[in-house]
Amino acid sequence: MDSLQFFGFVIFATLAIASALVVVFHRSPVISALALAFNLVAIAGFYMMLNAQFVALLQVIVYAGAIMVLILFVIMLLAISNEAGLHKSGRIQTVLAPLLGIACAAALGWGLWGVGDANPLPVSSADFGTVNSVGTELFSTFFYAFEVISLLLVVAMIGSVLLAKRRL
Amino acid sequence: MAPQSLLVLSAILFSIGAFGVLWNRGAITMLMCVELMLNAGNLAFITFARQFDQAEGQVYAFFVMTLAAAEAAVGLAIVIALFRLRESTDLDELNLLKW
Repeated sequence: MDSLQFFGFVIFATLAIASALVVVFHRSPVISALALAFNLVAIAGFYMMLNAQFVALLQVIVYAGAIMVLILFVIMLLAISNEAGLHKSGRIQTVLAPLLGIACAAALGWGLWGVGDANPLPVSSADFGTVNSVGTELFSTFFYAFEVISLLLVVAMIGSVLLAKRRL
Repeated sequence: MAPQSLLVLSAILFSIGAFGVLWNRGAITMLMCVELMLNAGNLAFITFARQFDQAEGQVYAFFVMTLAAAEAAVGLAIVIALFRLRESTDLDELNLLKW
């Protein structure tokens, strides 16, 4: 069981990092968006391994389904075929961006390495990550946050309609 | 599969996203890199939820997902308005407020 989990971790981690690099470096936004959808599904695999079934399903349905379709829709609506060759990046950007990326990875990795548990995870409680337990938490402790976030969604919806409309 | 390795993986994914925001100049690619960063944060939330055996982390991940949906909708609407104005999604051209 342990070696199986390790095998799954290596496969999903390789897929996630490779697809993330494709998102950053590919010149066609359509390929980037498809790679991002792939990345989201790989991370959903991690959620399944971490007993977060509900969030994993939400990730596939909402993120890889709805949000990625929205992004692809806009790319195809605007007919952007090549976004990479728009503008020559300056010398400062080409030097500093990789340096800052590596520094960010080192600092975050070092900090999180100290906080994370080094031992393999014990068996979780039986109802951990089910719709029941997450929903109970959501509608008791986080009830007001839930209401505020629904308000935020309404505001975002009205705002995007206003922004994308040609004339008010 | 220890939490440590998953947390380091989320740090790496976050850095790839941050690097992409700094590296790219197209508006849509930058938006997608922001999505990468949000997802790396979500992975860390879920890992901590599992490590401490508490459902709060999963609720936070749910909120981040909702926020990402709102961000994508507004961001893409801005990209459409920008494209209508400039016929391109190059963010380097938006230098009207530059000193």
